[in-house]
Amino acid sequence: MSFSDPNETFRQEARELLEQLELCLLDLEHTPGNDDLVNSAFRALHTIKGSGAMFGFTAVAAFVHEFETAFDQVRKGQTQATPTLIAVALDAKDHIAKLIEHPDQDHDGSDAILEALRATIAGTDVVPAAPKAATPEAAPAQDAPAADPGRWRIRFRLPGDALVYGTNPLLLLDEIKAIGPCTITALTDTIPSLDIIDPEVPYLGWQVDLEGPDPHDAIDDVFLFLKDGMELSIEPLAADTATPAAPEVTAVEEAPVAASEPVPTVAAPPAAKPARTAKSGEAEAGGGERAASSSMRVDAERLDELMDRVGELVIAQARLTQIANMSSDGNLKTIAEELERLSSGLRDTTMGIRMVPIGTLFSRFRRLVHDLSRDLGKEIEFITTGEDTELDKTMIERLADPLVHLIRNSVDHGLESAEKRLAAGKSAHGTVRLSAVYAGAEVAISVIDDGAGLNAERIRAKAEEAGLLAPDAKIAEQDLWQMIFAPGFSTAKEVTSLSGRGVGMDVVKRTIDGLRGSIDVSTTPGQGSTMTLRLPLTLAIIDGMLVRVGNGRFTIPLAAVEECVELPEGIEANARGRNFLDIRGSLVPFLRLREVFGTTAPPEPHQKVVIVSSGEGRVGLVVDQIIGNNQTVIKQLSKLHSSIKSFSGATILGDGTVALILDTSHLVAFGQGYVDQGRAA
Amino acid sequence: MSEIKAGTMTALTLRLQDELFAVEAESVREILDLVPITEVPNASPFVSGLINVRGRVVPLADLRVMFGMDRPEPDEDTRIVVMEVTIDGEPTVAGILADKVHDVTDIEAASIEEAPKVGMRWRPEFIRGIGKRNGGFIIIPNLGRIFETQGGRSPSSAASEERSAS
Repeated sequence: MSFSDPNETFRQEARELLEQLELCLLDLEHTPGNDDLVNSAFRALHTIKGSGAMFGFTAVAAFVHEFETAFDQVRKGQTQATPTLIAVALDAKDHIAKLIEHPDQDHDGSDAILEALRATIAGTDVVPAAPKAATPEAAPAQDAPAADPGRWRIRFRLPGDALVYGTNPLLLLDEIKAIGPCTITALTDTIPSLDIIDPEVPYLGWQVDLEGPDPHDAIDDVFLFLKDGMELSIEPLAADTATPAAPEVTAVEEAPVAASEPVPTVAAPPAAKPARTAKSGEAEAGGGERAASSSMRVDAERLDELMDRVGELVIAQARLTQIANMSSDGNLKTIAEELERLSSGLRDTTMGIRMVPIGTLFSRFRRLVHDLSRDLGKEIEFITTGEDTELDKTMIERLADPLVHLIRNSVDHGLESAEKRLAAGKSAHGTVRLSAVYAGAEVAISVIDDGAGLNAERIRAKAEEAGLLAPDAKIAEQDLWQMIFAPGFSTAKEVTSLSGRGVGMDVVKRTIDGLRGSIDVSTTPGQGSTMTLRLPLTLAIIDGMLVRVGNGRFTIPLAAVEECVELPEGIEANARGRNFLDIRGSLVPFLRLREVFGTTAPPEPHQKVVIVSSGEGRVGLVVDQIIGNNQTVIKQLSKLHSSIKSFSGATILGDGTVALILDTSHLVAFGQGYVDQGRAA
Repeated sequence: MSEIKAGTMTALTLRLQDELFAVEAESVREILDLVPITEVPNASPFVSGLINVRGRVVPLADLRVMFGMDRPEPDEDTRIVVMEVTIDGEPTVAGILADKVHDVTDIEAASIEEAPKVGMRWRPEFIRGIGKRNGGFIIIPNLGRIFETQGGRSPSSAASEERSAS
C-alpha cells in the first residue's frame, strides 16, 4: 500500500463509489421514494467530494459539491426522483468519472450539466421560488422558509489526528456555511507556544453561529467521518446573545486561513494514510445494513504470483507423493499424505481468493440497458439471476466486453419495437435476462431476450452474400447460427449507432475462444433467442483424470467426466464403422483416441471409455488405461502448438514429465459431428 | 534477428548431423541433457514434443526436420538448447534438439557470407549466413524465419482429424 500512488488510490476508490452511486440512481428510478437509496447515493457523493478535495482533484470536488447541493433537494424530500432527474444525474455521474480520469482536460461540460440538473430539480420543485445557487452565500435561500428562523451555536474541535488523516477544516467550514447564514469564529485559546507546536495537530477550535432550523442532521452530515474523537456541541442561541459574536470575524473567507497555521499542512498528507481515511469513509458509506466485514485491497499481480507459487507447490507435492508410493517408509508416506491434504487445501483457498461473484459484472449492464432503452425508445425490463455465481477474476474482467456486445445485440436486433410487439400479441416492453449458473466444470452465462428470434433466411442470405456459405449448401441450424460470429457478418438492415457494423460478434467469439469457452445459440422464431457462453471455472488449477493412450499420458478435466465404462468386445470388430455406445438406453458417440492421435503402440486388450460431457453433448473417449486422479496445474501451450485444437493446455506430472490436457468441449463437438453424420447416412 | 552487426558474433556452436551450426549465445538460456519428451499428437514433426524446463512447459523443436536431415535416435551426446525465440512478435522460450553442443566462440562478421541463392540443399530463407572457422563452414540459421513458418496452422492436424472422423 505504501508504494501506491495516492492519486490512483483515490481514483480506484472513486470508481467504486461512482458505481455505487449509479446503482442507487438506477434503483431509485424504480422506487422513487426510497430514502435509503437516496441517502446511500448522497453518502457516495459526499465521500467523493471529501477525498477528491483531499487529493487535489479540485475540479471534481467543486463539481460534486454542486451536484450534492442540487441532489440535497431530493434528500430533503422536496423533489421527487423522476426518470428525467435520474437521467441527468447519471450524466453528471459520468461527468465526474471523466473529471477523475482526465483531470487535466477541459471540462466545459460541467456548467451545462449542472444547469440541466438544477433546471430539472427546479422543474419538479415544490418550492420553485428557491432555485439552487452556485455560491454558498446564496445557498441559505434553500433552507430559509422563514418559518422557524432559529439561531444555533455550534462549537467543535477536531480529533488530534484529523489533519494527519487528511481532513481539511476549511472544507468542513464551507459545508457548514452551506447550511445557512452564519458567522464563524476561531477559538484560539488552546494554541500552545510556537516552539512546541506540532504542525499536524489541529489546535484551533471553531464556533459557528448559525441561522436556520434545527441543524443537527445537517451538522451530523458534515462531521460524518469525524464524529469519533471530536468535540461537538450544538446549542440553541437566544436572539440577543448571537449578535455580539458577529463582528468578531466578518471576513469569513480569509479568517480561517489566517488564524490557523496548521491548515496548509493538509495539502501534503502522507501518501499512505489518506487511503485509510478514505477506506473507513467507504465503509461508513455502505450504510448500517452492511455488517462491518474487514477486507483489504491486494494487487491482482500478487494474486497471480501466489497462484503460480501454489501451482509449483502442487507439482512438487505430486512428485513427493510418487516417490512416497514407491518407498516402503511409513513416515514418508504419512508426510506425503499430509502434504497432499495441505496443498490441496491451499490450492482451493488460493483459487477462492481469486473468485469474484459475477454480480459485480452484471450490475454494470443495468446502466447499459438503461441507456439503450432511452436511445432506442424501447421499453426494456432487465432481469439478472445467479449474481452469486463465482468466476476467476481474470475471466470476469475479460467477459465484460463480450457481454456488452451480446446484450446490445439482443436489445438492438432481438427486441422489436413496441408496436411490433403489440401486433405480435406480446407485451409492449421487452425483457432481457442475464443469468449465470454452474454446469459441471463450467459456468454458463446466458443472455436471453423475448424478441423476434434469429431469422434463418436472412442469416443464410447474408452468409451467401458474404461468401461464407455456398448458395445450395446444406447446413445444420446450429452451424447456421454460428455464422453470426463470422468476421464482417451483420444482418441488421440499417446500421444504428449501437450495432450493425458487423464488428463485435466475431470479437465476442474470439474472446470466448481465448478463455477456452464456447458459445451456444438457440432461438425460437417470434419468441426470442438465447446466447449461452460456457466458460471453465478457472484458468489455473483443476482436478484431472490421468489416462494413457499408447505411450502418451493425457489429463481429462475431472469435472467434465461423467463415468467410465469398459469398451464392449463386440464393438471392437466394427472399428471403422459407426462408433456408438449404448449407455443406459441413450446413444453416445465415442472417439478412439488411439486413432485421433495416430498412436502406433500396441493396444491394451481391454480398452476403457471415459464419458465426458460439455453442455448438452456427451462423448466417449476410448483410452488404453485409466491411471488415476491428480491435481492439474494448467500451462498454456505456446503458439507453436496453438493450432492443435484437441488440447487446451499441458501440465507437469509428478515424475516431471509433461502431459497434455484434453479439450473436452472441442472433443465433444467433434464427437457430436459423428452423430450428425451418422444420422445423415 | 537483425542482420549480423559489424565486429564479431558471439555464438554457441552445435552439430546437427554432419553440419556445424551457430546460434547467438545471447539468446541461449541454458543447455540441458536429454529429458523425457512428451509427444504432441498431430503436431508437425518440427515441433512434435514438449519438455519440462524448471516447471515450464516448453516446446521442443528439431531443426533437422527443416534442413531435411536424417533423424537418428538421441544418443549420449544429444543436448537440448533452451533459447528465446520470437514467434509472431512474441518472445517465446523453445528448446532445440542438437546432436552435439560444442563451444561458445566468436565469429568474425567479416568472414560471414550470405547464403548462396542457388546450389544449396536448403531453403535459403532459413539461413542468415555462412561463416568460416578453422577451414570449415558454420551455418547460421535464421531462427526467426524457421519458427515463423511453424507458428501458423499445422496442416497435418486438421487432416488427421478429418481422416478419423470419416
